Amino acid sequence: MDLHYLTAHELGGLLQHREVSAVEATEALIDRIEALDGRVQAYLTRTAEQALEQARAVDAARARGEEPGPLAGVPMALKDNLCTEGVRTTCASRILGDWVPPYDAAVVRRLKAAGAVILGKLNMDEFAMGSSTENSGFFPTRNPWDLERVPGGSSGGSVAAVAAGEAVYALGSDTGGSIRQPASFCGVVGLKPTYGRVSRYGLVAFASSLDQIGPITRDVTDCALVLGAIAGHDPFDSTAADLPVPDYRAALKPGIKGLKVGVPREYFGAGMEPEVEAVIRRAIAKLEELGAICEETSLPHTEYALPAYYLVAPAEASSNLARYDGVGFGLRVPGRDIIEMYMNTRSQGFGPEVKRRIMLGTYALSSGYYDAYYLKALQVRTLIRRDFETAFTKYDLLATPTSPTVAFRLGERAGDPLAMYLSDLCTIPINMAGLPALSLPCGFSQGLPVGLQLIGKAFDEVTLLQAAYTFEQSTTYHRRRPELGVA
Amino acid sequence: MPITTAEVEHVALLARLKLSPGEKAAYTEQLNAILEYMDKLNALDTRDVEPTAHVLPLHNVFRDDVARPGLPRDRALAGAPEASEGQFKVPRVV
Amino acid sequence: MEYEAVIGLEVHTELKTNSKAFCGCTTAFGGEPNTHVCPVCLGLPGVLPVINRRVVEFGLKTALALNCQVEPFCKFDRKNYYYPDLPKNYQISQYDLPLARKGYLTITVDGQERVIGITRVHMEEDAGKLIHVDGPDGGYSLVDYNRTGVPLLEIVSEPDLRTPAEARAYMEKLKTILQYLDVSDCKMEEGSLRCDANVSVRPRGSQVLGTKTEVKNMNSFRALQRALEYEIERQIAVLEGGGQVQQATMAWDEARGVTYIMRTKEEAQDYRYFPEPDLVPLEIDGDWIEQVRAGLPELPDARCHRLINDYGLPAYDAGVITSSRALADYFDRVVSLYPDAKVVSNWIMGDFLRLLNAAGLEPGSSPVPPEEMAALLQLQKEGTISGKIAKQVLEEMFATGKGARLVVEEKGLVQISDAGALARIVEEVLAANPGVVEDYRNGKDKALGFLVGQVMKATKGKANPGLVNQLLKERL
Repeated sequence: MDLHYLTAHELGGLLQHREVSAVEATEALIDRIEALDGRVQAYLTRTAEQALEQARAVDAARARGEEPGPLAGVPMALKDNLCTEGVRTTCASRILGDWVPPYDAAVVRRLKAAGAVILGKLNMDEFAMGSSTENSGFFPTRNPWDLERVPGGSSGGSVAAVAAGEAVYALGSDTGGSIRQPASFCGVVGLKPTYGRVSRYGLVAFASSLDQIGPITRDVTDCALVLGAIAGHDPFDSTAADLPVPDYRAALKPGIKGLKVGVPREYFGAGMEPEVEAVIRRAIAKLEELGAICEETSLPHTEYALPAYYLVAPAEASSNLARYDGVGFGLRVPGRDIIEMYMNTRSQGFGPEVKRRIMLGTYALSSGYYDAYYLKALQVRTLIRRDFETAFTKYDLLATPTSPTVAFRLGERAGDPLAMYLSDLCTIPINMAGLPALSLPCGFSQGLPVGLQLIGKAFDEVTLLQAAYTFEQSTTYHRRRPELGVA
Repeated sequence: MPITTAEVEHVALLARLKLSPGEKAAYTEQLNAILEYMDKLNALDTRDVEPTAHVLPLHNVFRDDVARPGLPRDRALAGAPEASEGQFKVPRVV
Repeated sequence: MEYEAVIGLEVHTELKTNSKAFCGCTTAFGGEPNTHVCPVCLGLPGVLPVINRRVVEFGLKTALALNCQVEPFCKFDRKNYYYPDLPKNYQISQYDLPLARKGYLTITVDGQERVIGITRVHMEEDAGKLIHVDGPDGGYSLVDYNRTGVPLLEIVSEPDLRTPAEARAYMEKLKTILQYLDVSDCKMEEGSLRCDANVSVRPRGSQVLGTKTEVKNMNSFRALQRALEYEIERQIAVLEGGGQVQQATMAWDEARGVTYIMRTKEEAQDYRYFPEPDLVPLEIDGDWIEQVRAGLPELPDARCHRLINDYGLPAYDAGVITSSRALADYFDRVVSLYPDAKVVSNWIMGDFLRLLNAAGLEPGSSPVPPEEMAALLQLQKEGTISGKIAKQVLEEMFATGKGARLVVEEKGLVQISDAGALARIVEEVLAANPGVVEDYRNGKDKALGFLVGQVMKATKGKANPGLVNQLLKERL
């Protein structure tokens, strides 16, 4: 039995029935990582010892007759921008050095309480800025479906690990598509919950008004299971809404008869690969076949989301990243005086894309440009929100491609920042509006996975998951595994 | 209105980034390309549009005024590149 | 040419909450460096702020006491600048939508009452403390983040002040109000009350504002007044010399008694304010405002008027007594037990304050509680002790913390009002001073005073002076 390719709910069932121990499952995953990660390069930090300790604790609890829950003993891994007490957290940046947080992120606390076994910390674009994981300050992660291609980004390590069987599931973060776009590129399920659904406490901030943590899993059931474990109010995050958390897994019932699905035409624009469009159209036809009522609609301000995003996100980032200054933690490059120390540290510690966005954001906020750029972008954000509000008076869900293309080749877009930014065209508007959206495997193009993006109403993850589940139950794309040349 | 090298230098100082001459030239060119793309936004009339700083309709989220223990000092200073006498040590200010 | 100054003050006051503005760390003053810190106030990666409700409540109390309009909607913003006492390199503050605006307070200088406008009141967080250490290569600095994140209110006045004395009076009045509200310790020497001044000068009568400078680092009321006097003279001298005042930030050097330039306009900061995405906005409705208003204490102006109207105290007395809430509370308590307000006021403004100041104490920590002060006055009124002895007893009460009656008994200071006992002493004094007796009988009235003094001396001051007078006159 290939333990590493079981889903969390499958493995969780075996664990609960004592057919497999958590230690066995953890050892299987550690072996898999050992065998494969030299090529996939998903992990920045591995915590095998700690994972085995956590696994032993879960086994011991079950031996005592306790039942610590469905995720207890299931080995998983974290994007390396989630703070872990006692385990270094790098954001894939040189500037954090070997910084070890003295506290756990809220989601990490919750997962630990649920008995999760944490295998390690996963690669990403530095500070989550990028769409290919090539901006990692350490090394790029490879797409398990084609090692010459990028896994997408910024949660590339998280997604590659899940796709390659190096973690049963992972957590990522999504500011402009960083969970969904790589999920699409690697053929897994990635959910960006509603802004405010999951506490951001302990997620190293990129753009605070857009960031959200979400699950990356191999099927929709796991997605529901993990979301339920991490969602909910947190007294340490003012923006984590104090709303009840539904039992997402229990809500998974197949059937979308009569569900009204809008298909916004702006998401099928220039730059879209025809074969990707064909896969998406077939997936939408499948939704209709399953009983949904799909019709074309319009979100007229879609084309403005990208430029507005690239003002809002860098502006917030320029402020969020000011604390990396060589004073309290992380890297310090000495200088004659404090200003030179700041400048040396930041210039050597940050990679080129991070510096570019800090420059852009600082400029957008600076005296004389605030109104023209930053304020304008916030106003456009309102128009984008209104587009969705209008659409959701008619539809229960929206369906779009997650990405206009399949995974591109390493280095293909590295020299052209604007071209790289365009790969998030279909995901960015959702962050701007704070809505929940997921990407699920819906077919292949050139042998590479294609993701269908479903967008829901705020805090209505249930409808989103139900539709995705119904689609998944009548297709087999999520069962395909990449050829990686190991058992 | 293109951004000049002098503006790039000013912005770099505000952001405490030291740029090499090559970086200055590259960032000037790239920022201009990006900002030109941003000009697209000017096609939209936003005169009476409220800005969205927060997507959630939340307000008045408070914590109670209760003091709790923080970090022990050695843990507070554990990540410091340099510390002395229980304090963070930096090159002289002013 | 005659000049006038135009002064506006920016006051920062630390709020005396239990915990910091955005995290649960204690706000206690002192403490070993970096022992009142947590991931949030250290600005570690990943942390988020959550506003302390009491900060907003204290802000509202202050805003209402300063007659401000509370904004129905306000938000926090980030003020971005690099400095090592600011771990995030931005300060959470309020920019375009502050908590409250358009208030005022009244000051009295040289008997003239003036209304000084208040532009705005907003909430923000304090920075840490830097210590500069000399050494090779320019030395180094040490940073303590205990104070980082302690809540501050910034209170900005209109440029309505015209003299350093007015500026000082404004600052003193503000301190009094903050203390009445019990929202701040207002200790300038500990930095819990701080003040920066914007100053310019212009020819008297002109409506045009001159170029202003901002003066910082004034750590006492006296320093504020001296620094402003110096800076105004300096600006006038520049103008008189045909020069122009340079827009700059100045620092006051207390030791040398001068202001000097810290930074000029060319180096001015670009703070890149933008809405703080990690905090949600505040909506303050009428109910909340009325609830806070209902809980406001009687404020200094109202209390002063009450003392004048209800007790008939002179305006001067009422002003002194209400300049401190603790002193006014003390006064009210004593008067409730000993209802002769003028006598109480005389004692409090005289011996009580003298002893308090000499001991460096606040009225609230006086070793003589108001009940004992009232008991002392009662003993005097009953004639148990004389006024002179009462002063002596108060000193003893201050020194030992003992009650009035106990001191009087222990020291045997009860006034001798027994005519029989005194008559004997009077006889002795008369017998011993035949010459003086003669003088008195020859019309030298002053001689009586000498004889009274001799009786008092013989009784160690305990004799009832009225009775002594009466007995002497009977026998002469």
